[in-house]
Amino acid sequence: MEDKLVIGDVVLESRLFIGTGKYSDDKMIPKIIEKSGAQVITVALRRMDFEDKSENVLNYIPKNVRLLPNTSGARNANEAVRIARLARAAGCGNWIKIEVISDNKYLLPDGYETIKATEILAKEGFVVLPYISPDLMVAKSLVDAGAAAVMPLGAPIGTNRGLKTKELIQILIDEISLPVIVDAGIGKPSDACEAMEMGAAACLLNTAIASAEDPVLMAEAFSHSVKAGRKAYLAGLGSVSKYANASSPLTGFLDSIENC
Amino acid sequence: MSFYDEYLKYKNFNFNKFFSSVTDNQIIKSINKSKLNIEDFLVLLSPKASNYLEEMAQKAHKLTIQHFGKTILLYTPLYLSNYCTNQCVYCGFNCSNKIKRKQLSLEEVEAEAKAITSTGLKHIIILTGDARKIATVEYIKECTRILKKYFPSIAIEVYAMEQEEYEILVKAGVDLLTIYQETYNEELYDKLHVKGPKKNYRYRLEAPERACRANIRAVNIGALLGLDKEWRRDAFFTGLHAFYLQNLYLDTEVSISLPRIRPHVGSFKPGAIVNNRDMVQFMVAIRLFMPRIGITISTRENSKFRDNIIPLGVTKMSAGSITSVGGHSNKDNYTGQFETSDKRDVNQMKNAIYKRGYQPVFKDWHAI
Repeated sequence: MEDKLVIGDVVLESRLFIGTGKYSDDKMIPKIIEKSGAQVITVALRRMDFEDKSENVLNYIPKNVRLLPNTSGARNANEAVRIARLARAAGCGNWIKIEVISDNKYLLPDGYETIKATEILAKEGFVVLPYISPDLMVAKSLVDAGAAAVMPLGAPIGTNRGLKTKELIQILIDEISLPVIVDAGIGKPSDACEAMEMGAAACLLNTAIASAEDPVLMAEAFSHSVKAGRKAYLAGLGSVSKYANASSPLTGFLDSIENC
Repeated sequence: MSFYDEYLKYKNFNFNKFFSSVTDNQIIKSINKSKLNIEDFLVLLSPKASNYLEEMAQKAHKLTIQHFGKTILLYTPLYLSNYCTNQCVYCGFNCSNKIKRKQLSLEEVEAEAKAITSTGLKHIIILTGDARKIATVEYIKECTRILKKYFPSIAIEVYAMEQEEYEILVKAGVDLLTIYQETYNEELYDKLHVKGPKKNYRYRLEAPERACRANIRAVNIGALLGLDKEWRRDAFFTGLHAFYLQNLYLDTEVSISLPRIRPHVGSFKPGAIVNNRDMVQFMVAIRLFMPRIGITISTRENSKFRDNIIPLGVTKMSAGSITSVGGHSNKDNYTGQFETSDKRDVNQMKNAIYKRGYQPVFKDWHAI
């Protein structure tokens, strides 16, 4: 059976989405893409420079990689909508990652404004991937609003702290019909692997690769871990038991006495 | 309730007594905490903590890469006007200084914009003296309207304004306010600002809050280090002020600058010489205290110092700076506000940043 990820009407082989921020040189990006195997890459519209030919990050993204512009810097739905429209008008396609953050302390997303932006943009034909806190009710509203996936955070953005919100992400995976893409907080390949084992559809990460000593090697490591986690999920993990199962001290007597 | 109330809580705090009580254990504990409080910040500013500069720098380096990556955002100042009604004893634009005064016409503003654009820079900060009847809010708004065609991000560093005036400029396209308190020492402030509207300490102190309420995207604050002989005190209040603003105005991005006093026209003698070690201690201490805060270092600093602090916490640097009115497009010799130290042009700055393994970023905002 073929295992493909479908977002909107696009079929993807790779379940690792990556970012473009924080690199010491954008020239590293093609190598990172190659080694990660990513087919989707997110770029902040605020960083795109359509006039400067030499310092434009878009120069380093191969044409076969799908651009996922994001609304970094948007503080409310209205700003996110405007950024999305600017990105589409600039030729970046109709995919958009909604990021509405009005909290500069923890950079936590604003669920209410994100839902509003998603509703507007989905109606305008965008393929909307909203970044959210793993909140079931917000995720359900996003399904109704026309999102193409939901992207809950594993930990606050840029923290590399791993799947701190694991229980809540599991609920989204169990209850939401859309692909659940774990975005933000993933610090190690083992975190990504764990998210995939849980049944996440994909992982999106940037800091963990960009802030590694050797970002190219780390991109490769993540590629393997996401694939491993996905295969483990498909294979069906064995059940986990706290105690060994050699005997049944409490119910064993049922076999040893006469059954009447 | 404003930051002034917060300031009063610490105004008579005995900093020297606190600093002399700081122990090595306290310093180590503060460095290693994952979330520092205001007391930890003060511990890290203590003279004793300078013995742990390398440990602090290592952590500051890691936190900066984690939150900002290996990037330095570049910007440049554009001086619109040097008319001034203030007598700030440390400033070249002091109204009692006999210098040529000039305010750019809108055509000249456009010429400056074109000259700056040709260097590749996209973020600018526009500056005026404090002469609100000459460099009026309306004039700054008109300049912004022209500059918007050339720059995705426009910051202002002008006289303190009313909330409604900030609202006008935010609507016109200004996204960042830079305003320095110069010194948080209220009595010293009164002495240094001999005359003019800037003499009102509290009005200036509360200006960033008014801008936050005007829904500005970002505010940048700072103290002119070296005015007060106790630079640690001004460093502490800068951190306290930033912390206060970030807690109260979550949707505004708060950043700080670390300007150090430079030679200028006039005969002012600084209160203290803030040395390189002190500057680094302040920078790494604030990074540990507020890991996500933007830190700006201008061309007041020399090239060697600027190159070496790149991995320590700085996130934004000026380049190709000219502190005289109209100096980008016109070589007429107007006096600058202060003398810059790092005289490299934008291209040289760009190469120097790449050489340190960092990316010079030219655009990090898109006017929406």
